[in-house]
Amino acid sequence: MLGMWTFLITEVLFFGGMFAAYAVYRNMYPDAFASTSKFMDVVLGGTNTAVLICSSLTMVLAVRAAQLSKRAHLILFLILTMIFGTIFLVIKGFEYHSKWVEHLVPGFDFQYDEPRYQHNAQILFFLYFAMTGMHALHMVIGLGLLTFLLVQAKRRIFNENYFAPVEMIGLYWHFVDIVWIFLFPLLYLIGHRR
Amino acid sequence: MSAFHVPIPKVGTLVAVWATLIVLTGLTSYVSYFELGEWNIVVALLIAVTKASLVAWVFMGVRHSTTLTRLFCVAGLAWLMILILLTYSDYSTRNWTYQAQPWSTNKAAGTSR
Amino acid sequence: MATIAHGTPEIAAEEVNYLNVEHGWKSWLFTTDHKRIAFLYLISITAMFFVGGTMAVLFRINLLEPEGIFSSETYNRLFSMHGIVMVFFFLVPSIPATLANFLIPIMIGAKDLAFPRINLLSWYLYVFGAIFTIYAVARGGVDTGWTFYAPYSSTYSNSYVLSAVMGVFVAGFSSILTGLNFIVTVHKMRAPGMTWSRLPLFVWSNYATGLLQVLGTPVLAISLTLIAFERVAHVGIFDPNIGGDPILFQHLFWFYSHPAVYIMILPGMGVISEIVACFSRKRVFGYNFVAFSSMAIAVLSFFVWGHHMFVTGEAMYTSVAFSFLSFMVAVPSAIKVFNWTATMYKGSVSFDTPMLYAFGFIGLFTIGGLTGLFLAALATDVATHGTYFIVAHFHYVMVGGMVMAFLGGLHYWWPKITGRLYPEAWAKFAALIIFIGFNLTFFPQFILGYLGMPRRIHAYPPEFQALNVLSTAGASILGIGYLIPMIYFAWSIRKGPKAPANPWGATGLEWEIQSPPTTYNFDETPIVTKEAYDYGPLEEVVG
Repeated sequence: MLGMWTFLITEVLFFGGMFAAYAVYRNMYPDAFASTSKFMDVVLGGTNTAVLICSSLTMVLAVRAAQLSKRAHLILFLILTMIFGTIFLVIKGFEYHSKWVEHLVPGFDFQYDEPRYQHNAQILFFLYFAMTGMHALHMVIGLGLLTFLLVQAKRRIFNENYFAPVEMIGLYWHFVDIVWIFLFPLLYLIGHRR
Repeated sequence: MSAFHVPIPKVGTLVAVWATLIVLTGLTSYVSYFELGEWNIVVALLIAVTKASLVAWVFMGVRHSTTLTRLFCVAGLAWLMILILLTYSDYSTRNWTYQAQPWSTNKAAGTSR
Repeated sequence: MATIAHGTPEIAAEEVNYLNVEHGWKSWLFTTDHKRIAFLYLISITAMFFVGGTMAVLFRINLLEPEGIFSSETYNRLFSMHGIVMVFFFLVPSIPATLANFLIPIMIGAKDLAFPRINLLSWYLYVFGAIFTIYAVARGGVDTGWTFYAPYSSTYSNSYVLSAVMGVFVAGFSSILTGLNFIVTVHKMRAPGMTWSRLPLFVWSNYATGLLQVLGTPVLAISLTLIAFERVAHVGIFDPNIGGDPILFQHLFWFYSHPAVYIMILPGMGVISEIVACFSRKRVFGYNFVAFSSMAIAVLSFFVWGHHMFVTGEAMYTSVAFSFLSFMVAVPSAIKVFNWTATMYKGSVSFDTPMLYAFGFIGLFTIGGLTGLFLAALATDVATHGTYFIVAHFHYVMVGGMVMAFLGGLHYWWPKITGRLYPEAWAKFAALIIFIGFNLTFFPQFILGYLGMPRRIHAYPPEFQALNVLSTAGASILGIGYLIPMIYFAWSIRKGPKAPANPWGATGLEWEIQSPPTTYNFDETPIVTKEAYDYGPLEEVVG
């Protein structure tokens, strides 16, 4: 368990590098930043936030079921968590697709409708893709870990004396949720009324 | 492992936390439609910190965890702050030097506000 | 040889130990035994050390002539690859992944590390990282310097930046996993009675190193990832032409790479604490201060990275703050040096090979550390930052400090690791050669830097030639000095006389078990009742 917490610290600092870059560029180019926010879909972002929070609830319920040796509940909640996680990724995929259609993917024929912000907006969109992309990558890894848990749960490996893997992967899942809790306001909300 | 003596959380508590998180998500989205100037970012971050703390405290079980685990959490956040604040200290004080030398202000105008 | 304190020197011919318990390459490549993994690491980092060393020899040859012998481009690649290989593939894993990997579980009375399989994984990651880097070398190398400064690395360089970046990125994760393993092991696996205040100082310093690896390395990983994205897609994050800020890369890079300097030196300090106590037959003076100075170094090292950027456009006020903080980190380092010398004071000092290296470490680290204070001072740094003064300074710390400590530790624990003794006379000779060669190589560089010879340039004004020839001569002596231990260690593994359990009469759990240890180290979990370095009153040992 301590190992997982230590690992999460490294994750905090891994994302921390990008948050630092975000802070620097947001304050270096506040106007370009404000202009990008009209491309951020608050409804989709907000929905995704809610979806992730739901998945966190089902995850913690799965841990609880494992602690109580309720195997059927454990499997149910693991599957629910995976469904929520998949919904999140699908919605994210739609967002990425619309950015692609609007030529807003940095480095790939990036076209911005306000030429004076062409370069600065590209950096900010790059940060958007880097941060959410890295987050999505963590979600995919999380789904893989949940699949592993599901197989083990079906094999009746977990009981009230042995549920550490469920707890650990739960910690990881909640951490990924926390990252999104910060990404959502920083990328979607701040400045979209400027 | 260390988790054996952790009390099993009540479903009611977990659902209450979940409901709070959903409400806070709605609140932060709603508030963002008002023009509050610099306060927009303050409010958004305050709500985000509250939500993250709730997830850590209840869902991740920090409320029942050992002092050591709490220390690790605090250390992770402290180092994140070191990284961001010390890096930011560079960018926030660069213009101070420019103000001391008015002739370079125009050159810097492209990058500052 | 030192005194044989207890136990008989003769050992049963076919005693089972971790080396002979299983045979065949599979038993090595799929092992989860921390001692075997340490051995694998030892072989790999030695190979990388000689790769990096070859580069160094080549560019020292280039500097024999003022106009240079190789083209400037070749020279750039040589020193860059030297830096990358030596920093990421030798110095960072040198003591943690070999000696500490071997010793930490034994020193705290455990059967293995907390995560044996993750330990093996970290070795594989190291090897993959090394393969990427060797690939970059084979294709023609990298010319960015080991720091990968943007936008040169991300936009302009025509060399194999991507594969080298990939190699360092992967090796970084190897380092994170090692650090994570140590932290959890020290917290969770200590034998009964092994309280924090009884931990050997070697364990303390490696615990502090583990914190640095865990907290710093991910930031390196993300900054290298951003470089890779920038290079592939040209998004502008570090390119000033299209609004990016290259100094941001330097912030992220040095947030890791300054603490990394302490990843490289702290384990060495731990080794020196052990050696000094053993060969002075005394308790380490001020145990608590030495232990906490390791932690203080670990924490403070994260507050000083800006001193690498005084001349690169960092804001003046930030530089002032970083300068002040950099002076503070000298305090715990000085505490250590004073405590080691105080330990020797009135001790019964013997001059075996490990102690010779410890003397070398203390002297050279002091010079390296004090010149570090020159560089922490803003004005002096502006004058000397681009010169050989810096090169000399960090080689005094890294080579004079860490490599000396690594070799000292390797000699000290060699009987425990292999169960064989090394030839003492040859070892003393090699230690002397290395000390002379080192100083001859790097002391002239202080003078060169003071006179203003710029670093990282393949040519120089003719008046600097004498000192450069001196430095190259020293480098060749140093190179020979490194080959001698390599040869007699290889000889000793097969032909060396068998070592007793405790050849130095030292204290510590690792000396209470057989040499080499069995796979699970202890037959039954030891119960610790004494403090570390319980060498007893002086007169008993002398009498």
